[in-house]
Amino acid sequence: METSIAINNLSLSFGNLEVLKDLNLDVGKGEFLVLLGSSGCGKSTLLNCIAGLLDVTGGQIFIGGRNVTWEEPSQRGIGMVFQSYALYPQMTVGGNLSFGLKNAGLPKAEIEERVNRAAKILQIEPLLKRKPAALSGGQRQRAAIGRALVRDADVFLFDEPLSNLDAKLRADLRVEIKQLHQKLHNTMIYVTHDQIEAMTLADRIAIMRGGRILQLASPNEIYNRPASKYVAEFIGSPTMNFFEGSLEEIGGSYAFKTGDTVFPLDGYTFQNGPPASGDAWFGIRPEHMVSGAETANAPVRLDGKVELVEPLGSDTLARITVGERTLWVRLDGQADISHGDAIQVGFDPARANIFDKATENRN
Amino acid sequence: MTKAPHLLKASMTYDGGPADTGPDMSLRPGSGASAANRIVDGPAGRKPRKALSRRNILIYGTLIVVCLYYLLPLYVMIVTSLKGMPEIRLGNIFAPPVEVTFQPWVKAWAEACTGLNCDGLSRGFFNSVKILVPSVILSIIIASINGYALANWRFKGSETFFTILIVGAFIPYQVMIYPIVIMLREVGLYGSLTGLVIVHTIFGMPILTLLFRNYFASVPQELFKAARVDGAGFWAIYFQIMVPMSLPIFVVAMILQVTGIWNDFLFGVIYTKPDLYPMTVQLNNIVNSTQGVKEYNVNMAATILTGLVPLTIYFISGKLFVRGIAAGAVKG
Repeated sequence: METSIAINNLSLSFGNLEVLKDLNLDVGKGEFLVLLGSSGCGKSTLLNCIAGLLDVTGGQIFIGGRNVTWEEPSQRGIGMVFQSYALYPQMTVGGNLSFGLKNAGLPKAEIEERVNRAAKILQIEPLLKRKPAALSGGQRQRAAIGRALVRDADVFLFDEPLSNLDAKLRADLRVEIKQLHQKLHNTMIYVTHDQIEAMTLADRIAIMRGGRILQLASPNEIYNRPASKYVAEFIGSPTMNFFEGSLEEIGGSYAFKTGDTVFPLDGYTFQNGPPASGDAWFGIRPEHMVSGAETANAPVRLDGKVELVEPLGSDTLARITVGERTLWVRLDGQADISHGDAIQVGFDPARANIFDKATENRN
Repeated sequence: MTKAPHLLKASMTYDGGPADTGPDMSLRPGSGASAANRIVDGPAGRKPRKALSRRNILIYGTLIVVCLYYLLPLYVMIVTSLKGMPEIRLGNIFAPPVEVTFQPWVKAWAEACTGLNCDGLSRGFFNSVKILVPSVILSIIIASINGYALANWRFKGSETFFTILIVGAFIPYQVMIYPIVIMLREVGLYGSLTGLVIVHTIFGMPILTLLFRNYFASVPQELFKAARVDGAGFWAIYFQIMVPMSLPIFVVAMILQVTGIWNDFLFGVIYTKPDLYPMTVQLNNIVNSTQGVKEYNVNMAATILTGLVPLTIYFISGKLFVRGIAAGAVKG
């Protein structure tokens, strides 16, 4: 795949505070990359560096094969959408869309044509004469996307564009952004702390922490084969259940031993071939646990007691206690259980994730 | 339904009638749960408030007393300025004029003598306008650009620069009077209106810059970033994004400067000469003239005339002023 954005050994510090550390990243042409992480992980900072709104302290940024490290934001061929929409309040929507084009000195006819085309794509034609104050949140964000669209940029940067919207609107606009990407095939970099947005939109997700990228992979890979315990905990809600124990080799096959319980790991694929035995974390997602009749086929079965039930309609989340351990289980929405019930749950260790205790990396 | 008034009327009587709240409510057939009137005896709806509560008496009483306290001097001034001298000598300062005369106003404006000039306050008024207009415009333009640069284009040492500027606001004027006299004399502007305009512009800088910086800093940073992505430079962002958004703070700055400069006495008397004295200085010279009879009515008229300009500004800009003060002036 052709590279659209290349970031080489990028670093950024504010005084003594190192926000980005020797970061490398390649984004393919037409790729939708999501930067995901909790607040303060450097994801927005990285986006601002790519946009040229922050001066980097080290490293290089290439966009479309051109070294733009020292270039102004407007010369980088990017369009950007902000969390607070950042529409110019005293201009109409049309004025907002054409502002950048006027600054670039484009002829009037072309400005009009581009504005109309963007408005048509985003279905904001009737709003062009209105001021941002007279728009709803969703319309404002659409206008803000329009402002990025008219620039005919190769790269779109989104800085948590949906975080200010209510849940329903967020879901709608998420779909629209995905459709937009499928229609335009631009390179898009999208910053969010919402894992649902990340999973649904991304071709690849970069999970960031402390100014570093922990894992860069497809949503599927990140979900099923998280590279570290942090990633495993970060993705998925409720979060993954962890057992503390040790990895042991028993007669040629591996097993995970926690307390008196032993989980045979026959179906599990190790990351780097058979590992050394040692202390480890065993993680299993709540949705990979089964109950009821299906439990009979599960290689591992646990008996527990229901402590808390959260019915969501489509699913039911149950917190159960097994011995002294608390586990979250995702059950069918129609599951008829209540507080205090005895329950048997099972899972297949092939779907589990095992992390080394010391390094917290995947085994 | 609405075309049959009798039906409507019947239903209204039923719903709203006094019998509706009777004890047999629940026994009546056909009244749905949501339509039924379920109000029982006791408090219902909006809580009634007494107009003459102790609280109201206290609040309005205090307000009236305070208003009287502030308005009484103004009343005395206006009344006195409309009386002739014989009437004033009677000594009833609160009494309304028996015979209304505008002669004191005419005299204050056009005839009162200060020194050798006998053309009243009018000359001082026009001097003040000539000082006020350029000083206000110049200081606001420079300070708003300063504030914008300090808030949005952080450069190396910008914080230090800002600190120095603010510290400047706390240095007593008296310390700087003589050095400025020398500086103005050296550049040949001492005793001219231009010199005074420059002095006013400089002395307005710290507080105005602080005002504008705080206001521009409260404008979302993302707006500024968006404009940069849109290719707008320093001036384009200032003129096309920031200034149109900042009307309230410009009004506040204008009011501060207009009242400050109009009411200035010290700089006016030091840096100009008798021909060019601003209105305040001239007012002082009229009121404090030691020769002849004290013409209280002329003095009162002259004082009101001098105060009229800031007063007008307050009245015109009232709402915007409050908005601007709330938006940026008081936030540190």
